[in-house]
Amino acid sequence: MREEIEGRTFDVLVIGGGHAGLTAAVCAAEKGATVCVLEGAPHTHRGGNSRHTRNLRAMHDAPTDVLTDAYPEQEYWEDLLRVTKGKTNEQLARMAIRGSSESVAWLQDHGVHFQPALGGTLHLGRTNAFFMGGGKAVMNALYRSARDLGVVVAYDAPVKDLDFQDGFFQSATVESKEGTYVAKAKTLVASAGGFEANLEWLEEAWGPTAKNFLIRGTPYNRGDLLKTLLACGAQQIGDPKQCHAVAIDGRAPKFDGGIVTRVDCVSLGIVVNVNGERFYDEGEDFWPKRYAIWGRLVAGQPEQLAHVIIDKKSEGMFMPPVFKPEVADTIPELAAKIGVPVETLEQTVSDFNAAVVDGAFNHTELDDCHTEGLAVNKTHWARTIDKPPFRAFSLRPGITFTYLGVGVNERAQMLMDDGKPSANVFAAGEIMAGNVLGEGYLAGIGMTIGGVFGRIAGKEAARHALN
Amino acid sequence: MHLTEALKDADRIMSICNACRYCEGHCAVFPAMEKRLEFNPADLNYLANLCHNCGSCYHHCQYADPHEFDVNVPKTFSKVRTESYGEYAWPPVMKGIYKKNGYWVAGIGSAAVIGFTVLTSMIVGGAAFFSPNPEGFYGIMPHNVMAGIFGFVAIFALFALFMGIARFWSAIGLPSPLGLKRAEILQAIHDALTLKYMGGGNSDGCTYPDEKPSKWRRRFHHMTFYGFMLCFAATSAGTIMHYLAGLHAPYDFTSLPKILGSLGGIGLLIGPAGLLWLKGKADDRVKDENTTSMDIAFLVLLFMVSLTGFALVFLGGTSLLGLALTVHLGFVATFFLTVPYGKFTHGFYRLVALIAHAYEEKNGKALPVKTETKMAA
Repeated sequence: MREEIEGRTFDVLVIGGGHAGLTAAVCAAEKGATVCVLEGAPHTHRGGNSRHTRNLRAMHDAPTDVLTDAYPEQEYWEDLLRVTKGKTNEQLARMAIRGSSESVAWLQDHGVHFQPALGGTLHLGRTNAFFMGGGKAVMNALYRSARDLGVVVAYDAPVKDLDFQDGFFQSATVESKEGTYVAKAKTLVASAGGFEANLEWLEEAWGPTAKNFLIRGTPYNRGDLLKTLLACGAQQIGDPKQCHAVAIDGRAPKFDGGIVTRVDCVSLGIVVNVNGERFYDEGEDFWPKRYAIWGRLVAGQPEQLAHVIIDKKSEGMFMPPVFKPEVADTIPELAAKIGVPVETLEQTVSDFNAAVVDGAFNHTELDDCHTEGLAVNKTHWARTIDKPPFRAFSLRPGITFTYLGVGVNERAQMLMDDGKPSANVFAAGEIMAGNVLGEGYLAGIGMTIGGVFGRIAGKEAARHALN
Repeated sequence: MHLTEALKDADRIMSICNACRYCEGHCAVFPAMEKRLEFNPADLNYLANLCHNCGSCYHHCQYADPHEFDVNVPKTFSKVRTESYGEYAWPPVMKGIYKKNGYWVAGIGSAAVIGFTVLTSMIVGGAAFFSPNPEGFYGIMPHNVMAGIFGFVAIFALFALFMGIARFWSAIGLPSPLGLKRAEILQAIHDALTLKYMGGGNSDGCTYPDEKPSKWRRRFHHMTFYGFMLCFAATSAGTIMHYLAGLHAPYDFTSLPKILGSLGGIGLLIGPAGLLWLKGKADDRVKDENTTSMDIAFLVLLFMVSLTGFALVFLGGTSLLGLALTVHLGFVATFFLTVPYGKFTHGFYRLVALIAHAYEEKNGKALPVKTETKMAA
């Protein structure tokens, strides 16, 4: 691939071959630009975090073939405002929301298929359109579209440096298995994501506890381009500690465990830390609305480890997990198996059981089963833990993606420290998602931001290069 | 039931898929999987026979090789499926024929062609065998002899096939056919005849032979299946004309058996050739070696039945009539003999699996598998 890139000046260079990058590449090529995509991962792991995604959140005013009912701009905006607690750029957020109304059709035009509106295990068919086959199928289709348009794609091609002068991009230095070479282009689309797989950087932000974090995506999401752009004077957006982090099974692989590592029974049981103590209301709200805070909660516990404990009553009430739980007929036996102090756990469980106020258990609504008088009460779905066998699943923080990024304007132009846009650098996807997501998360909005800003960045870059 | 490596692997993979569920729109396997929390051998045999090996879930899998989870549903289910034909085969002693099935079929085929040729030439005499015959092929082998041989083989083959299917039917927990609703059967027949699940769940087709969606496998399979059905109709028409109308072969080119047979024969040339071509191009990672051997033998056999059938038509007036006849009959006999012991069974097992799926969809829950087939914890 090196010989196809070296010595040539492309109209548009896309660094990072995920959903945002490929969308930009396809849009630029459709405008007639010559495009090169540098993907840091090998072919088998191409697509960054996009390969693990499941759906995108799309605004729509009437039912479509893949979305039920309506999800108007105002409701979408209010949802975003709520989860970010106002830490968002309204202008860019509303652009993403409005643009999302075209995202499904754009992807369908480029070979992506969606599940019919009435399917879907998460029952999010109103707000989110589900990819048939998941994010890897999306990426396969976009890479095919790019190839058909003559886009040059290099895999295993991480960018180690940029030639960047006075806010003006000249070229990128690629360090691949084919050696070190230079890729030149008139414009750059930066779409290489966050630094979620960069353990050293995570440790810088979080301290030594970051060693115990699990990374839900591939090891290639290292944030090298983000670091280089910030060093070149790009405007920094967001806090390095802000990220999408969920509680996942502690036995998941260090990298790339993706969706199947989730544990879905927190709201059915109790969660204890390694000292055998409860630390947060497990029944605060429905799990799909709470799973994203538990990564942070577990990260704050000793050894960044916790255990969810359920009894026989909860069997078969949640998505079957991949990793088999520890099973025991008594609480002390279970405590020994999971390495938690036996007496403390027995005390925790008996205190909890004594505090349970009987109600009409209903897991599909915020029921009235709760505890009273505990330091940490469980406000819904509280049932005694007393019917063996008891099961325990371990929990660790699993990082999906980080929010630290570069500032952009409404044309997806990257902003410099002084607030002025760079003349020929555009950014799309996770690398600029922090403009919209200051904190919190709304399921499927990452793909919304990537798609909308990918299309803007691709078109703007092509226009700039071809003028 | 013996827990094979393929069944263990299928169980492991299904528990990963059941926590992911991204593929649920591709085919019937995933909705059927989602109705289960654990996977016993009979469940896995059912799911494997529901799988059409379209490849979509492999190419779209975030856990496929080189991921450490190494999820590969099409390949693993191919293994399980082929083993399941052996597991339920009748008589049970025939189980082994599904290992290296291609060699068995090739061996039976060679023996049948040589046997028919040598025996027939000995009976009618070398000179007559290698001369044009004014009575056509019935001059070489009388109709009643031919009908007797093939009638006997066909009855045995159909009985053995029926027994195998019945064992599969009962193992996966389907109720008696009388307990099924007509709509469920019709749904299953519709899904089988249209090859609905060879479509990848979308309008672009399945990801076979590579990651790019394509409709060609489905088209070639249709040519093969409907070609076969036309040939079957031709034989039936010939039988009716022979016994009821007293019209004896050889028939004109404008007669019903010839028209149906020629159209079907063309399908049986293009279809299997196309499927073989795609199979050659297909990604090795989605193919199970043992299944591929069976598939190739069956496709070559169908192709040869058709090719030698056409040869018989065109060489009917020449001195090669005898040879053309015995070679053709050798391939046809091989086809009949291997009906219960080769790839032919797949259509019936799949139809049963589709009936089970239609039944489960209607009732909203999994079928109860036979308890003795439950997997040890």
